[in-house]
Amino acid sequence: MVETVFEPWADPNADPLISFKNVTKRFGDFVAIDDLTLDIFEREFFALLGPSGCGKTTMMRILAGFENPTLGSMSLSGHDIAGIPPNKRAVNMMFQSYALFPHLSVWENIAFGLRRDGVAKDVLHARVQEMLKLTRLEKFGRRKPHQISGGQRQRVALARSLAKAPKLLLLDEPLGALDKKLRQETQFELMDIQEQTGTTFVIVTHDQEEAMTVASRVAVMDEGRIIQVATPEKIYEAPNSVYVADFIGDVNILTGPVRAVDADTYSLDFGGTEPMTAASDRTFSEGVTAHLAIRPEKIGIHVERPEGPNSVQGKVLDIAYLGNLSTYHVQLPNGQIIKAQTANTRRVSRRVFTWEDPVWVSWSATAGVLLDC
Amino acid sequence: MNRLSSFNVVSLTFGFAFLYLPMLILVIYSFNKSKLVTVWAGFSTKWYGELLSNEAFLDAAWVTLKVAVISSSIATVLGTMAAYTLVRGGRFFGRTLFSGMIYAPLVMPEVITGLSLLLLFIGIGMDRGVLTIVLAHTTFSMCFVSVVVSSRLATFERSLEEAALDLGASPFEAFRLVTLPIIAPAVVSGWLLAFTLSLDDLVIASFATGPAATTLPMKIWSSVRLGVSPEINALSSILIGLVASGVITVSLVSKRHSVLMQKEERIAERIENN
Repeated sequence: MVETVFEPWADPNADPLISFKNVTKRFGDFVAIDDLTLDIFEREFFALLGPSGCGKTTMMRILAGFENPTLGSMSLSGHDIAGIPPNKRAVNMMFQSYALFPHLSVWENIAFGLRRDGVAKDVLHARVQEMLKLTRLEKFGRRKPHQISGGQRQRVALARSLAKAPKLLLLDEPLGALDKKLRQETQFELMDIQEQTGTTFVIVTHDQEEAMTVASRVAVMDEGRIIQVATPEKIYEAPNSVYVADFIGDVNILTGPVRAVDADTYSLDFGGTEPMTAASDRTFSEGVTAHLAIRPEKIGIHVERPEGPNSVQGKVLDIAYLGNLSTYHVQLPNGQIIKAQTANTRRVSRRVFTWEDPVWVSWSATAGVLLDC
Repeated sequence: MNRLSSFNVVSLTFGFAFLYLPMLILVIYSFNKSKLVTVWAGFSTKWYGELLSNEAFLDAAWVTLKVAVISSSIATVLGTMAAYTLVRGGRFFGRTLFSGMIYAPLVMPEVITGLSLLLLFIGIGMDRGVLTIVLAHTTFSMCFVSVVVSSRLATFERSLEEAALDLGASPFEAFRLVTLPIIAPAVVSGWLLAFTLSLDDLVIASFATGPAATTLPMKIWSSVRLGVSPEINALSSILIGLVASGVITVSLVSKRHSVLMQKEERIAERIENN
């Protein structure tokens, strides 16, 4: 049996569910969305990730119909939807504050959208019951929003926005109000529900871990532009810019002029004792400044100089014990600090390194990504 | 529990005496047997009985009630609409001017409001009576409703309306099904405020009325000029009683409601933590 991998974005014949073409949104002089082009496909779990003020919320509000693009066009399953008001779109939104109607019971909250469509009574009852079951709220239908806990409110908000079986569900920081443990559980619940219902989800978040966990693709945004759209793995392992590398997880950046060693290998002189070698798909011309981004967990830390090309000596400046991991901050002779991470796989072990110890840090030629900006 | 210092006790006593002594005296003398207001001649409820058979007072009371109910209802609708537009309408041309203008009657001397309305009614040749009092009262009480409702709307979470729109409600349905039920307490207190203002207005009603209609405050005012009668004391005592019981009921109900709400929220959180 051949298992097909879910990646419609790689198929040039696939029709996108949502298509943004050169969308720009201005508020007065402020450019919230800057000439943005993007396709989102059916059944995707798409995450918009970025710092606050990067335009991700504006983009979501454009999708919901609360804002209209200043320029450009957008379509939902092939139909142009610019200018269509929110109540006439097959798009539903789960609000950051949940926005549950305080004067209505959980049951009535979920039924609200169906009632607006004039759904027949028995269908409505069945659908609300189905939603209550999906979100494990059967016992709470009669309660008012203030009579249930924060986690339950979050599930009511989800049930309400899914009740009309929208083509697209927008989630604005859906887990922002929950504490960390509940948030992690809920992330998996969201993924399950997304799979069960087959709805396309677009989630807005500033929490990169959340985006990486739930999403099939992540778009990293900054100042109204999309910097990179890719699967979580690609975003992490093959960022296309220093901004993305730095925004997602921890990273070491070494900067300096590059020189080609052979077809896809370059040497980078970052100002240390010897240049580093790095493999790259990208081509760089001779002597341009490039940045080598290496994740801390891809850097080894040793007492003796290891075999292989990229080794630098330094001394341990700081040690952060995180339980499952330990992060070492190693200062190189040129003053730069390299973060190296090791997994604490054994429960009882003597720490090999301590503060001020001279150590060697090393990485392979393919451990890092060579970037031009 | 903090104990009050003697200074606090004294200031409290003076404050309350200043506020309530005149009313207390009025109520006590409404049970006076003597016709002379200032001479106590024993307990009696006869003035209450006489009041009920005084047609002129009852007519005036009926007019006042009619005017208050109708004008405060119209003022509530108009004031709520104005507040909604000013809070929700965003930045439309002339917004600052409008919001300044809607609150102007709050500080406008009543005499001027009354006079200008009188001139208007004469100018358009309108017969003065109940209708003109209703119009005049609507005019000045609308801004009070608008103030009360807009302060509630300012803290109203916008996303609730957006959620309603998102779920397929038209803008009017969103207002009727979500906004209005939630701001209802403010709308009701706006109505009560307008009702009370209309009930005790003397100045504007005097300008706006004609020989056909007399409101209770006007009736009291004109009969006091001929000498204070214990009947008026009785009438005033009834009014004080009505207003006081209304205020106490409202505050008890809302207090109970918020206590219950907090209790239920605590229970909900505790269930989740277990």
